[in-house]
Amino acid sequence: MSSKVASMRDAVADLVRDGDTVAIEGFTHLISFAAGHEIIRQRKRDLTLARMTPDLIYDQMVAGGVARKLVFSWLGNPGVGGLNAIRRVTEGPDASLEMEEYSHFGMVARYTAGAMNLPFFPLRSYFETDLPKANPLIRPIESPYGDGTVYAVPPLRPDVTVIHAQRADARGNTQVWGLLGCQKEAAFAADRVIVVVEELVDEEVIRADPNRTIVPGIVVDAVVVEPFGAHPSYVQGHYDRDNRFYRDWDPISRDPALTQAWLDEWVHGVASRAEYAAKLGEERVTSLRPSAPAPSGVVDYGTYR
Amino acid sequence: MSEQKPVAAAEVGTGAPAAPAFSRNEMMIVAAARELAGQRVCFVGVGLPNIAVNLAKRTVSPDLELVYEAGVFGAEPARLPLSIGDPTIVTGATAVTSMLELFGYYLQRGLIDVGFLGAAQIDRFGNINTTVIGDYAHPKTRLPGSGGACEIAINARQVFVIMRQSARSFVERIDFRTSPGNLGGAENAARIRREQGWLGSGPSVVVTDLGIYHFDETGEMRLDSLHPGATLDEVRATMGWEPRVASDLATTPEPTAEELRLIREELDPEGMYTK
Repeated sequence: MSSKVASMRDAVADLVRDGDTVAIEGFTHLISFAAGHEIIRQRKRDLTLARMTPDLIYDQMVAGGVARKLVFSWLGNPGVGGLNAIRRVTEGPDASLEMEEYSHFGMVARYTAGAMNLPFFPLRSYFETDLPKANPLIRPIESPYGDGTVYAVPPLRPDVTVIHAQRADARGNTQVWGLLGCQKEAAFAADRVIVVVEELVDEEVIRADPNRTIVPGIVVDAVVVEPFGAHPSYVQGHYDRDNRFYRDWDPISRDPALTQAWLDEWVHGVASRAEYAAKLGEERVTSLRPSAPAPSGVVDYGTYR
Repeated sequence: MSEQKPVAAAEVGTGAPAAPAFSRNEMMIVAAARELAGQRVCFVGVGLPNIAVNLAKRTVSPDLELVYEAGVFGAEPARLPLSIGDPTIVTGATAVTSMLELFGYYLQRGLIDVGFLGAAQIDRFGNINTTVIGDYAHPKTRLPGSGGACEIAINARQVFVIMRQSARSFVERIDFRTSPGNLGGAENAARIRREQGWLGSGPSVVVTDLGIYHFDETGEMRLDSLHPGATLDEVRATMGWEPRVASDLATTPEPTAEELRLIREELDPEGMYTK
């Protein structure tokens, strides 16, 4: 059968291996916390975690002991402050987490080179900055056409990319609206792809609006149906960012004991995303729903025989 | 920081309606927003730029096209975006693009008039550090890093900066150059920008909680306007070099009642940026 629908437990067990480079992408929008938590629950080890903005999910995964290295371009708790679990292992003489740092465009360019099977991607960034000194993989190259220097970044080819989306069909044809981030590039660049969705739909729903498909099933290995799986980040049209949680994480993550207690309660202590949502409570979940609908206009693709 | 004393309204005459008191953070945000008058396309950075640009859109520059690195051109945020990837920047926008398109077609292509950035450290030539305090390998403080700032500083036609001023942030030598400004001086910077084909001309405005700086012909920051209640002594005490001061130093006009209402009621009712 061509159905790729799997449970989160099975998808992570089958597709994420110790030592892998894992990219859970999604820029503020559509961050698969559900997959991150399952990776922590299964106690994966020595992962290289790639993400433009590590966000709370990688702070939690670093605290959960799954990471060896971080590849990123902006390290913070957006709108709140720092990522304290990551700071603990990257500051001072005992820094233990390896870091490989780019700018946003550099990270996007790396996924793009990976997705296109290119040896590098050129860009007009990094001139007269200390970034190439901090990361020797960022290198100047001469244009072969004699019109100056640009910088090159190497391809990023994750072993596994995880993306969250509004909907997909059972074959993994995936549709997103709202911020697109670099999920398309990260998925095409990867060896294995897990798609996590709010809603599983029939193939006809996908085919009725093909412009909205960002990733075709041909590059997808597993489809996990996990509503609310992006909380506390958001899903356009489904739920808002839970800013209260982003703020609450700051004092929790400042204290290693509180951080571990939180992981014990909210990650190891729940078996699934459904349990997590139930534990969060109906009131909290409802408070994050959009205040009113804002449907797109309808376009007519026409029928041609 | 704790030294944000509200400034009393100017006491002129009697019977005139008392202007509302305002904080130094509010003055900074208002002054930064006013600098956007007449600009067309603004790339909105993380943090303070976000509220300043959204205030400009509601006051001096209603037609301003807001560009967010998350992949939005022509945002019409109904509330202050909680982060630069908030769903409110999508609903009603002109275009949503992948980040590859946003950085490639919009920024690197040269469509951005103003890149509006925050900073942890800045030097007299407007070079910016948002990466580390201390040594890179073993930093005293790990800061967020570049995000899009490095390429914004290179490719936006000009760069505006908004940041609070302190001896730790206005430094003689930044610990790490994340985003290039006027390098070691205007002449050298202009030559390098020309030779390397940068589209941006570099920093043009820095707005702080004490005043407004522009850059003189040598590429160095010059204090052109002091906010009401701020003094030159305070300015000197909060920077790591002897500041250049305009001979016709101005006083920044106070925030209007409407500007304060927009900040307090619409944009930042919880005081995340202004407290």
